[in-house]
Amino acid sequence: MDFLRDNLPYILAGISVGGQYALIAIGYTMVYGILRLINFAHGDMFMIAGLMGVYAVTWMPLYAAIPFVIVFTVILGFAIERVAYKPLRSAPRMSVMISAIGVSYLLQNAALYITGGLTKTYPNIPWISETIKVFGATTKMVTVVTPILTIVLLVILSLLIKYTKMGMAMRAVSRDFETSTLMGIKIDSVISITFIIGSFLAAIGSVLYFTNYTGVMPTAGAMPGLKAFVAAVFGGIGSIPGAVIGAFIIGLCENIIKGLGWTTFSDAFTFALLIIILIVKPTGLFGEKNIDKV
Amino acid sequence: MSKENVLRVSDVTMQFGGVVAVNNFSMEVNKGEIVGLIGPNGAGKTTAFNCITGVYAPTNGQIEFNGEVIVSNYPHGKMKQLYKGENMGKYNKVIAPTPDKITKKGIARTFQNIRLFSKLSVFDNVLIAKHLHAKQNVFTATFRLNHKEEKRMRDEAMALLEEQGLEKYKDDVATSLPYGLQRRLEIARALATNPKLLLLDEPAAGMNPQESDELMEFIGNIRDKYDLSIFLIEHHMQLVMGICERIYVLDYGIKIAEGNPEEIQNNPRVIEAYLGVDE
Amino acid sequence: MTKQKKWLLSCIAIAAFLAIVYVLEATIPKSSQWSMLFTVLEKGSIYALVAVSMNLVNGFTGLFSLGQAGFMLIGAYSYAIFTIPVAQRAAVYQYFDGGLIQFTLPVFVSILIAGIVAAVFAFLIGLPVLRLKSDYLAIATLGFAEIIRAIFQWNTLGPITNGSNLLRKFATYQSALFPIIACGICIAIICLLINSSYGRAFKAIREDEIAAEAMGINLFKHKQMSFVISSFFAGIGGALLAMFQTTIQASAFKAAMTYEFLLIVVIGGMGSVTGSIIASYLFIACREWWLRFLDSEAYIGDFKVPLLRAGFRNVVFAIIIMVIVLFYRQGIMGTREFSWEGLLRWFRNLPKNIKNLPNMFKRKRKKEAQINE
Repeated sequence: MDFLRDNLPYILAGISVGGQYALIAIGYTMVYGILRLINFAHGDMFMIAGLMGVYAVTWMPLYAAIPFVIVFTVILGFAIERVAYKPLRSAPRMSVMISAIGVSYLLQNAALYITGGLTKTYPNIPWISETIKVFGATTKMVTVVTPILTIVLLVILSLLIKYTKMGMAMRAVSRDFETSTLMGIKIDSVISITFIIGSFLAAIGSVLYFTNYTGVMPTAGAMPGLKAFVAAVFGGIGSIPGAVIGAFIIGLCENIIKGLGWTTFSDAFTFALLIIILIVKPTGLFGEKNIDKV
Repeated sequence: MSKENVLRVSDVTMQFGGVVAVNNFSMEVNKGEIVGLIGPNGAGKTTAFNCITGVYAPTNGQIEFNGEVIVSNYPHGKMKQLYKGENMGKYNKVIAPTPDKITKKGIARTFQNIRLFSKLSVFDNVLIAKHLHAKQNVFTATFRLNHKEEKRMRDEAMALLEEQGLEKYKDDVATSLPYGLQRRLEIARALATNPKLLLLDEPAAGMNPQESDELMEFIGNIRDKYDLSIFLIEHHMQLVMGICERIYVLDYGIKIAEGNPEEIQNNPRVIEAYLGVDE
Repeated sequence: MTKQKKWLLSCIAIAAFLAIVYVLEATIPKSSQWSMLFTVLEKGSIYALVAVSMNLVNGFTGLFSLGQAGFMLIGAYSYAIFTIPVAQRAAVYQYFDGGLIQFTLPVFVSILIAGIVAAVFAFLIGLPVLRLKSDYLAIATLGFAEIIRAIFQWNTLGPITNGSNLLRKFATYQSALFPIIACGICIAIICLLINSSYGRAFKAIREDEIAAEAMGINLFKHKQMSFVISSFFAGIGGALLAMFQTTIQASAFKAAMTYEFLLIVVIGGMGSVTGSIIASYLFIACREWWLRFLDSEAYIGDFKVPLLRAGFRNVVFAIIIMVIVLFYRQGIMGTREFSWEGLLRWFRNLPKNIKNLPNMFKRKRKKEAQINE
């Protein structure tokens, strides 16, 4: 119990950041499930959403700014897919991945150009940035809101995938890309929807994340992006609940390590955990086993 | 007349989860023999091949090559509950080598769906197989301290190509060859590993009658020339009946018949497996 | 052309190139804007070495590894740690009582050690991760690079690595010829390896792992070999980069650095050594030199050219890269290598090619569509 009490702030922070990673990780895992593409640009999308949040509040009132950020990110995600990934649909997987790295490079440099390399401070969003006390530990409202919101969104997403026609198409495409095309599924719209959902969740994630960690800079998306991707792999890439559980585990571990005074290793630990999982269970916690056919 | 055994497969069972792909399969190949393995689609022929070549570790059973046990396994762990065969406890060793170890011992194979090194030249395809028995290490190879060895590899690879009539294609990309020649190239590549036993997985698939006649003659020739034993899977009955000395028949993973071509042709169970029974 | 003639031609070309660099170095003053040429030559050579080493693993062996920055970091640090003069150590390791190591090794020995330490790390990392497949291997190697970066910044190791502080005052080179020749030799060795029997085995693994294994190639052993050798040269590349920069800090060796090399390898052509080399020089020249004008405000008459200010260079650069990635997928060289005949042919066809330039993209699409069918 002592351990729990001493480390409560870290555990709370871990759950909160875990939820934020989860929102990003879903985008990674869904895209991977359908296109077998590690969308390296996803973390940078998240950063752009944060940056847009900073600028949007100077242009319009807050109640309009957040929807604006979300819509902007969704459009950006859609556009990136159309411009950078769609022309490469018949190309080897490596080309698409390189294109993703190129997009990531472009987004980071564009952000660097726009901000002039300065760290921007994320605006205070009322209610979720209020300070509250949870079991005696002081924290922001967002810490409590994040996990709840994450779970709610996860449930909605799961229902969508399970019960709508589009969800069925998504499941079909992720199982067998070519056959689903032959079955008359409009592959392009399925992929677009996937990117739209991913970007939507990343935008919400950015609002929550940057309320906690207020510095937005061009490289701000790289680490959370990488962590979220690790979470997706950890949970078994392609599996949405896997990504969410992986994200919570990673968020928690990372912050507990910080609580123990090993801040230098909090990132490294995440990767060490990943490597151990991959060696023990190469397809992640909930991943399916692939058998090569000879 | 007792003959020298090259390959002896004893009680090999291969289960994938609850599916029994090969069930208690036993067979042998004698020195210098050409043996066929036939059966309807999905009968487990290629799975049997994969067990012999180390691609899969069988659930139970043992495989000997030239008297040496090269593969052995028994049901344990998860398989113990699933395994329903009668040979429980007969084998108790686990020997599960990787395919390269099997090839090194002298078993070479071709693949059902041709697996050439598609972007490399015809010559390189054969030359790569010569890497296995080359006397060199990465240092001597990089700094060209092994001129003679490299030359020997090249000469031998070239000789194999000439023998197959592929020398004029030697610089072409492997997949640009016509289908029949790709099959030939795959055989040449397998021969380059200096095997004592050659496993051919549907060598005549996709060939026209003339090509498959040529192939039949060719298989006989390489057997004599390289002192090989050959074990082949084939659907092309004319070829199988024409060159195989003995034939095994698999159906649903179970061996339903074995014998010489004549016996097989007249075996009612084989006819049943291929044509079905009148109700 | 006969083989000997080609050899002679290549030797003359290399000698002439080195002589030109030597003369230019003596004549161009450091203050001139042409001194950027040397930055390009030096950094370009180092990048070429690392890109070629990455190509060995990713392009020739078909493993998707993203650990290059980590191995460069190991190389850079190993080199720096062993060559800081004893007298300077107190100043460099000011927070760690002058550090633990109180001797200095010769430059060449240290460069070699840099490679060896990176190779040893690669060997140990390879034991578990090389059993993973494609994307999983990529993310695991990327993870290891991050772990290495954290370890080198760890305060407890400070007496050796100087924690998260800069390492500086280690031995550097005087002439641009040094990195060019050093990288040239290393790349030549990699080329020899690629054209040897082992290189062919690597290519076989890239083409088809199952068939390669059936041909008696031990997958793990050969993957490990390729990975270790690649890391050895990445380590040397790291050491040379340290010499070029004169100071190093672990925090600079991020995943983004590995992505840069991956882009270079792809732009040059996966599986082409000359492609990687050409792409490295172009990459560095574009980013550090040719596009530099985009970073400063400019006027045409009284008209202020819009958009131009600090950072615009990198935006344009990123767009150029995207265009290459999208429309020029095979890279500059594809899987071909440089040959004198190829160069001659290229010059002979130049007028025709320029005329056909507008049709090129169209035809390429069509060709690809055919292949896919």
